[in-house]
Formats: sequence, structure tokens, C-alpha cells
Amino acid sequence: MNDNLVEIQNITFSRSERLIYDDISISIPKGKITAIMGPSGIGKTTMLRLIGGQLKPDKGDITFAGKSIPSMNRSTLYQTRKAMSMLFQSGALFTDMSVFDNVAFALREHTQLSESVIETLVLLKLEAVGLRGAAQLLPSELSGGMARRAALARAIALDPELIMYDEPFAGQDPISMGVLVKLIRALSEALSVTSIVVTHDVNEVLDIADYVYILANQKVIGHGTAQEIKQSESPLVQQFLLGQADGPVPFHYPAPSMQAQLLGEDK
Amino acid sequence: MNWIIDLGANTLFKVIGIGRAFLMLTGALIAFPQWKNVSLTIKQIYVVGVQSLLIIMVSGLFIGMVMALQGYTILVGYGAEGSLGPMVSLSLLRELGPVVTALLFAGRAGSALTAEIGLMKATEQLSSLEMMAVDPLRRIVAPRIWAGVIAMPMLALIFSAIGILGGHLVGVEWLGVDSGSYWSIMQATVEWDKDVVNGIIKSIVFAIVVTWIAIFKGYDAVPTSEGISLATTQTVVLSSLAVLGLDFVLTALMFGIN
Ligand SMILES: Nc1ncnc2c1ncn2[C@@H]1O[C@H](COP(=O)(O)OP(=O)(O)O)[C@@H](O)[C@H]1O
Ligand SMILES: [Mg+2]
Repeated sequence: MNDNLVEIQNITFSRSERLIYDDISISIPKGKITAIMGPSGIGKTTMLRLIGGQLKPDKGDITFAGKSIPSMNRSTLYQTRKAMSMLFQSGALFTDMSVFDNVAFALREHTQLSESVIETLVLLKLEAVGLRGAAQLLPSELSGGMARRAALARAIALDPELIMYDEPFAGQDPISMGVLVKLIRALSEALSVTSIVVTHDVNEVLDIADYVYILANQKVIGHGTAQEIKQSESPLVQQFLLGQADGPVPFHYPAPSMQAQLLGEDK
Repeated sequence: MNWIIDLGANTLFKVIGIGRAFLMLTGALIAFPQWKNVSLTIKQIYVVGVQSLLIIMVSGLFIGMVMALQGYTILVGYGAEGSLGPMVSLSLLRELGPVVTALLFAGRAGSALTAEIGLMKATEQLSSLEMMAVDPLRRIVAPRIWAGVIAMPMLALIFSAIGILGGHLVGVEWLGVDSGSYWSIMQATVEWDKDVVNGIIKSIVFAIVVTWIAIFKGYDAVPTSEGISLATTQTVVLSSLAVLGLDFVLTALMFGIN
């Protein structure tokens, strides 16, 4: 078997008749941080849901540790999901439970560990994200950055092989951003997990990613190590890195011409 | 021609919706019971049942009082005010208990269930459960359905009991009907299986329908603020209509043909 934990092979996927991916392939190497970048609405969250088996591609295959996710039956899929975890964009903490119970949730669901062992494990995870003191708070009492870190502690509770981060830096102040960047790096090194970071925050992620994919126009428009990406001469990649509003990647959602629409002409 | 297309599309959409609702129900109930879920169910019984107690009791009291007042003015014209007891108790046990409880339950607990589950969906908590390899149908939906089915018949019985006491308060204490005849004629008239059991059966059917609609509407809501508010409204409207319609069918089956 090769060194890739996740292989996305030639997938095509559309949603409500809108094509999101057109025959794209991505490899996620084991134990590394892979970044998937692209403008909003390009289908980054969708990609993570495909890997997690919540959506199925129209064509192509996705493998996790060599096994095909879309063709798994329900119970195998649930079994496989225990080895992966996803940090949702909103954090998605369970609002009716304390931070402690949120982190303990998967341990209580999936293991037979005694409550005292669970307590130790949970406190260790919370310590890792610097929130041991916030264990008894409710999610509504946390700041945005703290919620993201609490969700991260929950995501690593079962020591997964794969962590998927959905826009971990979106809407964070510079300090929490720095904290999160360091945490993702540290977790990746300490636990040697495979990480996928999906984001449009170019600078943060180029600092920590081992390998980068850039998506646009339903395709992978560029990939390589952070260094290679920075030096890429592709106009598409440059537009994205420099944050230019319009260019090869169109600013406008497809629409009839403005003139035609304003003058009420048909089509 | 367009309206034919619309009609077809709408029908298809509705039928697919019903299909999804059935899938959700079977997905949720097939695996029950698990021990872990018992304590979750008990917690939900507290949320939907115990927290609805006050509104159920107050409504039951007033409805019993109003019925005694209205019944008395009619019955006294025939010198039949002794039949006030059976009149109040039969209308409560057979009809008003189950029906009004279900309507109040839809407004009080049903709408809350829809909003809660819709918000869980919108904040990605349901997706998050799935990714943590925990089936939200079993973990979130099943305990709530069971809690509704267990709590509502009890609420309906409490409603009827308080209503009968309210009838006593107005009929006997206030309007001077003989207390002995209020109770004894009631005891002689009300039949266990025909009246009490049928009322409970109605209540169980309403409970299934109301909780099912409430949970499905939340589960299927468009995960935005408008989507959730629309789903909440639909829960109350749909389940009220379903309860009233089903009540007619059940009454016809239970009491219509001798
Ligand atoms: N439930 C859905 N039904 C239909 N289309 C959807 C749904 N969710 C997302 N989409 C569409 O899929 C595209 C990709 O969405 P998403 O993966 O969330 O983008 P990103 O995470 O890159 O911002 C968007 O254009 C969005 O309109
Ligand atoms: Mg997204």
C-alpha cells in the first residue's frame, strides 16, 4: 500500500444540477498537513463531506486507508468514521452539554472506559488546547476562538488517524488565529495524525501546510508544496494567492449580461 | 401548461417528503431499545411532559368549569342536572382530553421540538454526530418520539381528571348540583374500555402523529432562520389539522357503529 491515507480519484459531483467538481483527483499523504484552498462556495466543505461519506460522488472513488468510502455499507462506514474526525466551521459543539461532556461524548459512546479514565483523558485533551479551566462552561459561554479549540479537543478525543479542519481560521482574531495555527501544527507533529485543512486564508495555511491544493472552476488549478505554490507562475494560482478580485477565476456568479437584464430582454 | 408541470412537481415533492418521513421514523425506531437511550428518553419525557404539565392542568381546569356551566344551563331546563357528572366526564375522556391535550402539546412541545432539531441541523450538530459515528436518528430522534408517545397519554388523563374536578367545582360547589349524584352517576355511566381505554388509544395515536410531524419538520428544515421558522409554523398547523381529522376517523371507528 502507498503512503496516502486518503485518495480522491477522478470524482465528479454536482448538487441541484450545478457541477461542483469535474473529474478531480487529490491525494492526502499520511502524517502530513494537506491544505485545500479555494474561494468560498467552490465546494471545500463538500469535499470534506465526501471524504466523511456524508455525500456520495456521482463518478469516481474515494478511498480511506485503501478502502472505498462510497461503496461501504452503513455499519462499515460508521466503523471507519471512528478513525476520522471533522472540525466543523461553526464548531458544532453540543449546546446542551458542558465543554467537558462535549469532549467526553465520543469516549462515552464508543468505549467502555470507566468514568475516572474518561475524566483523565478529557482533561488531557483540554489541556492540549489550553481549556482545562473551561471544562465546566457551556458552549454559549465561550468566545469564538475558545469554541473552535473546544471543538478541536472533542475532535481528537478518540485519537483519530485523520482530522479534517473546515475553515479553522475563519472569523478569528489574529491571536486566536495564531493559537490555532500552532495547535494544528503541534497536534500533527505530536500525534502524527494526517490533517486536511480547508481554508481561504492563504498566509496562515502556507506556513503550516506540507502540501497544497488549490481549487477553482470545478478543477484543481494548482498543487505542490507551499514553496512551489508560492513560486507558481500559473495566473490562476497567482490571482488566488494575491487576492485579486477578478481574473481567470471570475468574480461574477454566471448570469445573463447586465444590459440584457436591465432592458428586460429575453435571455 | 405550466400549472400542470407545477402540479406534478409539487405532488412528487410531497410524496418524496412523506417517503423521507417514513424513512426517518423506521431508521429511528428499528434499533430501540438500547440502555443508553432509556435515560435519554427519560430526560425527554421531563422536557416534553413535565414542562407541559402546567398549561395542561390550567387548560383542563377551565374547560371542565366552562362545560359544567354550559351543561348545567341546558340540563336544568329538563330537570336533568344530575347528569352533569357523566356529561362532563364523558366529553373529557372521549374527546376533549385527548384532542385538546394534543393541540396544546403541538403548540407547546411540538414547536419546541421542531425548532430544537432544526437548529441542531443548522449549527451542524447533527452532521457532527454523524461524523462522530453516532447515528442522530437513534441518538436524537428516537428518544424524543418515545418520550412524546409516553408523555401525551398521561397528560391527557391528567387533563381529563382536572377537568372533572373543575366541573365539580362549578356544578356542585357553585351551582348546587348534588355532590353524591355528580360522582355516583358518573361512576355508573363511564365504562372502562369504551370510554377510558378508547380515550387513551386516541391519545397514543395523536402522540405518534404530533411528535413525528414535529421531529420530521425540524429534521427536514432548510437550515436557515427562515427555514426553521417556517418549519415551526408548519408543525403547529399540520399537526393540529392531523389531530382534528384523525379524531373524526377514530371517533367514527370507536363510537360510530354499534
Ligand atoms: N445542501 C445543499 N444543496 C444544494 N447545494 C448546496 C448544498 N450545500 C452546498 N451547496 C452548494 O455547493 C457549493 C459548494 O458549497 P460548499 O462546499 O459549502 O462551499 P465552500 O465550503 O467552499 O464555501 C455551493 O455553491 C453551494 O451553493
Ligand atoms: Mg464551507
